[in-house]
Amino acid sequence: MIASGWTLRRTGSLVERNARIYRRSLSPVLASLLEPVLYLVSIGFGVGRLVGKVPGIDVRYAAFVAPAILATTAMNAAFNQMTFVVFTRMKTDRTYDAIVPTPLSIADIALGEVVSAVLSSLLPSVGFVLVMLALGLVVSPGILLTIPAALLVGYAFGGAGLAVTTYLRDFSDFQLIQLVMLPMFLFATTFYPLSVYPGWARPVVEILPLYQSIQLLREPALGIFHWNIAVAVLYLAAVGSFGLALATRRLSRQLLA
Amino acid sequence: MSGRLLVEARGLTKTYRARKGVPPFRAVDGIDFELGRGEVFGFLGPNGAGKSSTMRMLGAISPVSTGTLRVLGMDPAHEGPEIRSRIGVVPQDDCLDRELTVRENLFVYGRYFGLAKNVIRDRIVGLLAFAQLEEKADAQVETLSGGMRRRLTIARSLINEPEILLLDEPTTGLDPQARHVLWDRLYRLKRDGVTLIITTHYMDEAEQLCDRLAVMDAGRIVAEGSPRELIDAHVTREVLELRFQPDVHAEVAERLRAAELGERIEVLPDRVVVYADDGEVALVAVHEMSLSPITALVRRATLEDVFLKLTGRSLVD
Repeated sequence: MIASGWTLRRTGSLVERNARIYRRSLSPVLASLLEPVLYLVSIGFGVGRLVGKVPGIDVRYAAFVAPAILATTAMNAAFNQMTFVVFTRMKTDRTYDAIVPTPLSIADIALGEVVSAVLSSLLPSVGFVLVMLALGLVVSPGILLTIPAALLVGYAFGGAGLAVTTYLRDFSDFQLIQLVMLPMFLFATTFYPLSVYPGWARPVVEILPLYQSIQLLREPALGIFHWNIAVAVLYLAAVGSFGLALATRRLSRQLLA
Repeated sequence: MSGRLLVEARGLTKTYRARKGVPPFRAVDGIDFELGRGEVFGFLGPNGAGKSSTMRMLGAISPVSTGTLRVLGMDPAHEGPEIRSRIGVVPQDDCLDRELTVRENLFVYGRYFGLAKNVIRDRIVGLLAFAQLEEKADAQVETLSGGMRRRLTIARSLINEPEILLLDEPTTGLDPQARHVLWDRLYRLKRDGVTLIITTHYMDEAEQLCDRLAVMDAGRIVAEGSPRELIDAHVTREVLELRFQPDVHAEVAERLRAAELGERIEVLPDRVVVYADDGEVALVAVHEMSLSPITALVRRATLEDVFLKLTGRSLVD
């Protein structure tokens, strides 16, 4: 097999390239911040006025919802980068056709893209935490943990997104992705706790990567520190790594045929 | 292997695996060739002859199916990154980073080769001059013409000062003027001692640029030699092209064959081609047979004729 392992220097050169393109304009960062802020204001504050407090948690509704929206923000930033942007690079820009003749291996390319995805989820996440701070929704110093947690969410959805992209045939397949992503966003306890679901439905929800992401961010943000966070960390690391490995394998076949 | 050879291929094949609805396909079918330092070697053949597949194997991008291949003394299966760090590739499509400027494209590419930033900056100065893009250095790639993009792609492939440069159809899609500018740049590389491997389906390009050629058809090398050697070995010195009303071409060819005119007669869709060492003499003979072609042209034989002779088809369909 011509695909060989990755090196820090080679992988870094692709991350550097992507950062150079990414930093050309701030508008994607602002765009990826706009949607979550709208959700926070309309549902967190609007619907929150009707809800009051979430049973068992002693914070206002908006403070309960905000960390979940933060998790969604990190997810979308990384996932969109690895699906829409990478697919465009593969099919329209033919970016990788110019890279495979260089010393970079497919492992370098796949890892470089996922690292780029993680980094591209950093700015919107920090931005969203600042918005939370400005709106008085930061209730615990545990909020500081949400930034590294958001990076792990970026890794999980970056790896998964890259793997998904290797299965896409054309741009219309993005509608199928929305068919999965939208329900996950709505049902992964973003807007209400798991206790709302009947017992049989809970494992189904708990297996969603976004549910684990929300757990990982919401508890520290609310000042709750529980061992089950370790489960979320391991789960998300596994999802990202599995996606990355699968993507590397499939890209090798697609780019080196 | 001797140190002089940069590339050595023996019985090289490339078979693409079967996919849904597509049977397995052997694109390269057992080719042998070698390449010495400073040579300009060309693969000449129509689309689908296996040229690009061969180039991808040479570039350590695509695995060899069977046979042996050594590039710079190394095995592409095991030393891919090392080989790729010492060669340059100009792919058929430019695949430039359209969001970036000309200078940034070169810079980013240099980083893939692990070059230090100051080394790349120094090389960019020379490469911009070589590609005649100094005034466009900070322009977006989007704003460049096709010829400029092509020159940028070639400059990009030189960022690592490669020992071998692989160019896949370097002038396909360019207008005549842009082609001549590009050929001039490639001559300069040749003069500077860069080893070039070129694929092309343009016989004028092959004739002008290449020291040695392999004529490819259906995955095989059907002839090899310098452009002059190939012409001398396979066709007559001159060619007489006759144009009649298309519906009489076959009948005219029969008469010419019966008269034993020239060494060989070919009928193409738009003309009858007579291979003769002296075209003018053949033309006089045609007139003596009281045939009156609409047009008649005597020219020197080219690689196009070699290809027609060897494969029975023309290079450009």
